[in-house]
Amino acid sequence: MLAMFPHAQPIEGLIGGLLIGLSAAIMLLGAGRIAGVSGMAARVLGLSRSGAPWSIAALFIAGLLLGALVFQEFSAPIEAQYAPSTIAVIAAGLLTGFGTRLGNGCTSGHGVCGMSRFSRRSIIATITFILSGMVTVALVNALGGGWS
Amino acid sequence: MRAHLITLLSGTLFGVGLALSGMMNPARVRGFLDILGNWDPTLVFVMGGAVVAMALAWLLQARMQRPIACDEFSLPGTTRIDSKLLGGGVLFGIGWGLAGLCPGPAIASLATNPGNVIVFIAAMVAGMTLFSFTERNS
Repeated sequence: MLAMFPHAQPIEGLIGGLLIGLSAAIMLLGAGRIAGVSGMAARVLGLSRSGAPWSIAALFIAGLLLGALVFQEFSAPIEAQYAPSTIAVIAAGLLTGFGTRLGNGCTSGHGVCGMSRFSRRSIIATITFILSGMVTVALVNALGGGWS
Repeated sequence: MRAHLITLLSGTLFGVGLALSGMMNPARVRGFLDILGNWDPTLVFVMGGAVVAMALAWLLQARMQRPIACDEFSLPGTTRIDSKLLGGGVLFGIGWGLAGLCPGPAIASLATNPGNVIVFIAAMVAGMTLFSFTERNS
């Protein structure tokens, strides 16, 4: 069935996903917390009263940058194609910042950590942002805003 | 101290995982959301691998009195579903669909592709700040 999607990277995706899961597992079992990126970022910025101690949040965020840098250094340049419209990127950033705080989590906290715990709250949140994202992409494409 | 080292290791593995999985490529993430177009299922494998590994961790966690490197588990609730959760999900989803970026890959890309994500990050910080103001005034 995967032959239908020649551009997919199932092996890299699965191994990368297992590493992300291992990372979240280390955070949970070692430091007793959820590896949620939006919450940690808000904490680092001083925008969240609850959550991890500042130094823990800062080290987790620093690790994200370090990990990507290490991968690029020892593996290959990271392939990336970005949204063509700067206006869309600004709107996206605002919505992502506001929305992840309002909903208390993003793809890591709700998607990875919450769903694996069978959290009803996180499963609903993840379904909501995936459906919302799918509708958004379909609308943008219908309005002629595809990336190509 | 031990908790700090463990956290740095966790964040670093997370960054490596994001880079390896292809999730730092917004076009690939957008491809997953593009179900009516040229659909890219890679994100399903990423999420699947991460959720399976983490589900095992939850099984271990249930048998532990306390985490390895600190005094207690600090975990959020799992049942409350309200308009904030749903509204936040809808707003974040729109942003995700527009740029193909969520907070993890965007922040990790600051190290490898800063010029391409700095505008998104600045706007995301502005969005988080805006939320803090509305929360304080409500």
